[in-house]
Amino acid sequence: MTLFQAFIEALESLNSNKLRSGLTILGIVIGVAAVIAMLAIGRGAQDSITGAISGIGTNLLFVFSGNDQANLRNVRPLTIQDAEAIGDPFLAPHVAAVAPFIQSGNVIVSAGGEQARTSLGGVTPEYFKVRNFRVAEGEEINQEHLLGRASVALLGVEVAEKLFGRREGLVGETVRIEGQPFRVIGVMEEKGGSSFGSQDDVVFIPMTTARTRIIRRSTINRVDLILVQAVSARDVPQAAEEVAAILRERHRTEVGADDFTILSQQDFLQTVDTILGVFTTFLGGIAAISLLVGGIGIMNIMLVSVSERTREIGLRKALGARKRDILIQFLTESSLLSLIGGLIGILLGWVIAYIVGQIAAATGNAFTPAVGLDAILLATITSTIIGLFFGIYPANRAANLEPVEALRYE
Amino acid sequence: MAEAVVIAENLTKVYKMGEVEVHALRGLSLQIFKGEVVSIMGPSGSGKSTLMNILGCLDHPTSGRYILDGEEVSHLRDDQLAEIRNRKVGFIFQSFNLLGRQTALANVELPLRYAGVTKGRKERARQSLVAVGLENRLHHKPTELSGGQQQRVAIARALVNNPAIIMADEPTGNLDSKVGQEIMDLLLSLNRERGTTLIIVTHDPKIAAQTQRVIRIRDGVVDDTPEAERAKMEAA
Repeated sequence: MTLFQAFIEALESLNSNKLRSGLTILGIVIGVAAVIAMLAIGRGAQDSITGAISGIGTNLLFVFSGNDQANLRNVRPLTIQDAEAIGDPFLAPHVAAVAPFIQSGNVIVSAGGEQARTSLGGVTPEYFKVRNFRVAEGEEINQEHLLGRASVALLGVEVAEKLFGRREGLVGETVRIEGQPFRVIGVMEEKGGSSFGSQDDVVFIPMTTARTRIIRRSTINRVDLILVQAVSARDVPQAAEEVAAILRERHRTEVGADDFTILSQQDFLQTVDTILGVFTTFLGGIAAISLLVGGIGIMNIMLVSVSERTREIGLRKALGARKRDILIQFLTESSLLSLIGGLIGILLGWVIAYIVGQIAAATGNAFTPAVGLDAILLATITSTIIGLFFGIYPANRAANLEPVEALRYE
Repeated sequence: MAEAVVIAENLTKVYKMGEVEVHALRGLSLQIFKGEVVSIMGPSGSGKSTLMNILGCLDHPTSGRYILDGEEVSHLRDDQLAEIRNRKVGFIFQSFNLLGRQTALANVELPLRYAGVTKGRKERARQSLVAVGLENRLHHKPTELSGGQQQRVAIARALVNNPAIIMADEPTGNLDSKVGQEIMDLLLSLNRERGTTLIIVTHDPKIAAQTQRVIRIRDGVVDDTPEAERAKMEAA
């Protein structure tokens, strides 16, 4: 009995009970499709988030208050003065620009009868340079606005559209932020979606204005975040060292107990990679469970098939089939079931990943699920191994039937 | 005297059913010669089926010797027995035992497949079907054939490997008497033409009467009581 014959016979046998074979295959199809789609979506998310992080620039440092590494008693908040000290070219020669930032995630902006909930950023002129943000029309927030605590606002395009239904010709309009009037001086360039949420759903006002009129902090000089731009990507480590030294001195921290955190883009990438790696593994793991269930389905159907065909097995043995022949016959059937299921599952998983990508694109979150060759190989090999593994027990049972008993079986 | 194709010496078979030992064969000896047509009869529980299984190499005797076509087979392993069955034994069953999904031709090919024959397999199967008069039914499936035709396919399958013996277990049991007689005629003519050794296990005295020799089994041994005495005993 050659393998080719076994293959043909297995096909004939599966074909003779189409519904049953089909349902068994469906179990594997769902499992494999789930694995492929989950891995693709996980990887797509990873690509798009790391892409977004890379987009913020390789020479940027983020300085936060607080540190989860050290056991701290009194954390001193970051202040405007901290930012000014970091900006001192004698103290920090590798720092090119400093942009302190305060924000409120939830303010109400209104204009005419329209109202929108959005996030508000209090910024200095450096902010636009550091983040590489540009205005589509109008002007950026400048030093004069800052010093004069001017009631001026820059709108993100999404906010502009919500309030005015357009994104052009808005300079000179008035909006109310938390009920206070602000003059629109410009509209930001569209940034597009990011995995952190839309970067266009935002309003910028001068930091001084924000601090005194919108965002009340316990300490008047407190800021939420200091963005530091290093002279070049190569200088990021030195810049970080200088920033740390300045803050340690100003905050009079104990040795090894920094009350602030400095993160570079590299750190973000690493963190996000770790989180998304866990996320993808988790999704893949859940999908793998359904593959396992599919495998048990194969075992179940093969056991039914063996007991239904006991007489046939007896007859084949009487005609000279050895144990090996019967074993191969049933293993071929079970691995064929799972192989067919695996191939259909790969296609289906691909389609699901594609559809998810289309939905994401349609809702403004551009992210492309990536079906990797490794995922395809993994799914094909896994499903065939599942077929073999869950086929072995039933096939072995068939091969070890006593011909006399099997022939007598009703 | 013709050459003995089946030599069984002192065969015993003990089944363990839990604590109880059942002695199905108790030192049975017999010989069957090449080209002979023999029937095996016996009441149920006599050990007839056990004997058939052992002669057909489907089962091992507990002790004793069994030489089939010059080869000692009593102590062979399962897979070796499978090979012996394939080469030396043709089986005909009461319920035909054809593969329902396969054509007559494919059914007849099956023993050749297990023998590893690849060349001329179809042709040999076809010739075998011609020999049983089914040249017009090669590509029919069993469900499209009458009972008698199905049994003919089974006979063709038994013949295809030119076995040393053909074991027929109640070959006419599932057929009406007319068709049953046709099958018997076919088997007998194959024996005449090809010299195939034929062992028929049967309950039916009419079938047994057509064979050259009747072996009666009683309580696990061959019943040697002469025919005249048996008639008397049965009358009494």
